[in-house]
Amino acid sequence: MKIWVPGDAAAKACGADAVAAAIASAAGLRGQEVTVIRNGTRGMVWLEPLVEIEVDGARHGFGPMTPEDVPALFEEFPHPKALGPVEEIPFFARQTRLTFARCGRSDPLSLADYEAAEGWQGLRRTLEIGAGATIEEITASGLRGRGGAGFPTGIKWKTVADAEAAQKYIVCNADEGDSGSFADRMLMEGDPFCLIEGMAIAALAAGATKGFVYIRSEYPDAIRVMRSAIAAAADAGIIGPALLGQGPRFDLEVRVGAGAYICGEETSLLNSLEGKRGMVRAKPPLPALEGAFGMPTVVNNVLSLAAVPWILTHGGTAYAAFGLGRSRGTIPIQIAGNVKQGGLFEAGFGMSLGDIVEGIGGGTASGKPVKAVQVGGPLGAYFSPEQFDLPFGYEELADAQGLLGHAGLTVFDESADMLALARYAMEFCAIESCGKCTPCRIGAVRGMETLDRVAAGDEQAIALLQDLCEIMEKGSLCAMGGFTPYPVRSAIRLFPDEFTPMREAAE
Amino acid sequence: MNTNDRLAEILALHRGREGALLPILHDVQAAFGHVPEAVYQPIADALRLGRAEVAGVVSFYHDFRDAPTGRHVIKLCRAEACQSMGGADMIARLETALGMKLGETKGDVTLEAVFCLGLCACAPAAEVDGQLVGRASAARLEAMIAEVSA
Ligand SMILES: Cc1cc2nc3c(=O)[nH]c(=O)nc-3n(C[C@H](O)[C@H](O)[C@H](O)COP(=O)(O)O)c2cc1C
Ligand code: SF4
Ligand code: FES
Repeated sequence: MKIWVPGDAAAKACGADAVAAAIASAAGLRGQEVTVIRNGTRGMVWLEPLVEIEVDGARHGFGPMTPEDVPALFEEFPHPKALGPVEEIPFFARQTRLTFARCGRSDPLSLADYEAAEGWQGLRRTLEIGAGATIEEITASGLRGRGGAGFPTGIKWKTVADAEAAQKYIVCNADEGDSGSFADRMLMEGDPFCLIEGMAIAALAAGATKGFVYIRSEYPDAIRVMRSAIAAAADAGIIGPALLGQGPRFDLEVRVGAGAYICGEETSLLNSLEGKRGMVRAKPPLPALEGAFGMPTVVNNVLSLAAVPWILTHGGTAYAAFGLGRSRGTIPIQIAGNVKQGGLFEAGFGMSLGDIVEGIGGGTASGKPVKAVQVGGPLGAYFSPEQFDLPFGYEELADAQGLLGHAGLTVFDESADMLALARYAMEFCAIESCGKCTPCRIGAVRGMETLDRVAAGDEQAIALLQDLCEIMEKGSLCAMGGFTPYPVRSAIRLFPDEFTPMREAAE
Repeated sequence: MNTNDRLAEILALHRGREGALLPILHDVQAAFGHVPEAVYQPIADALRLGRAEVAGVVSFYHDFRDAPTGRHVIKLCRAEACQSMGGADMIARLETALGMKLGETKGDVTLEAVFCLGLCACAPAAEVDGQLVGRASAARLEAMIAEVSA
């Protein structure tokens, strides 16, 4: 009998290791032959630990499991935690899983499983058609950067490909610092070869021979899995001196961040990679022309690169067939916070915010009404249920004074204290600012103080705060200082009562 | 093995590597529990940097500490998704129960803030001696801390 128990960090945080141990000992007691496979996660985090057992050719799910629920797995069905065939659970069945097609199905470090599930087909195609045609596929797919800025990936690759240099680099941005985001982590822990393949394709397209995966230190599991996967791919001759044994050289290495949110900003990341303080660099020069160690460099988010193998295998137009407006393809949405069914949901762009939060997420975990949803991490705006018709797309959210960011959604119920959240946004900016520009470094500290004055009932403070936000937006070098006003101003706009001097009196 | 030998070993391991400073500092911290000032100069010499440059890098990153932590490190997530699930209240309760604040060390235990562990769909989240905890509560964390420090 085969039993799958996810080895993903979220599953482990919810007790998966204890469940796996209980399965082994229960099987031992019964003298039953059981193979426990530690797969990636299916992304249905509210059901974790989500155990799977094959029944008549279909994988049935059980969850959320505890060690106490384990003995019944070996007895007659139905099990009290039985969920039926796991791919028929509505949350799963409603998705369009292209980037996450493999994640959760098998042992993430099994090269045989990867190969059997379309693995390396995109890379093979790139070797056949060459760099120019590969870049054309990416351009045709309409793929835009999933790290937040939404820059067209094809154009970025072409800039690097056209640059003349003795050495070029591919850098994968796996710094994923945004609260409400975990798709990069899940992909790296659940399907690391997919990221390796995406990076290898990027390397061939751009003419780079060396790649780095820069992973935040808060992700020890992802670091371990990526390192093992890179070693396995090198041992198998897939990367290294000759890609797939026939192409050019491509070496890959994991580098670990050191607890600085700003190192997710690409130029700060490059400085960090070079062993410097993570100060943001002024652009130009673009990293595409003068990036890592001064050489032309592709910097892409994990999800941008992990979308690439599917695009090369199935074609750019097939990818572009999904989506809305100028947001083409699928987006791995992360539904987090106070939500009943939290997890990863990959779908074509264009679903409404309300459908995501209420339809897919099932509303709040507390059962109270939704008050606000922060989209796009700590620099992203809050939205209220009145805005739930908004379609999920880059332009659509930007037009509504927000941003899509890394596609994480954090749900808050009516107990959310918007003034405290606005203050937190400023505090986070003050803690994480690289310190290069005054509006960000000093402005964020002033912002906290001003919000304290608002809380204390100072009537003038709110106008001051608006001015300060304006200065931060206009005078900051990067989006850390430039976008921190988004959550602050959206909170004020949506919930003005919580920022008026009446607050004290009302309480 | 004394500090100098261990440091020499780490430096040898990273010789010739591009951008070696962060990997070296991570290894130093893993070996000594913090980054002692005594290593700045030897690292600077090995990488042909100034001592001030090394010091600047150490101070820039939140991960690198100038003093060792307690034997047990408890990290509590302060970021938004955890706040939405009562994280701030959980932290306050734990601080009261343990009689210490985030950022402090008392006896064997160090309490630290962290900004997102990627466990935002099973918030609030924490880490107890490297073990991740989702759907955390003050009571559960208190029990875990009592268990590890017993
Ligand atoms: C403050 C700040 C933090 C950022 N954090 C991340 C991050 O964690 N991961 C990421 O991929 N991009 C992040 N970005 C965006 C990167 O600067 C860059 O646009 C991205 O890595 C490019 O890759 P893409 O085109 O594939 O999105 C951040 C930007 C800013 C301003
Ligand atoms: S806005 Fe803030 S984080 Fe960005 S460069 Fe300026 S000081 Fe650094
Ligand atoms: S916000 Fe706490 S784990 Fe992400």
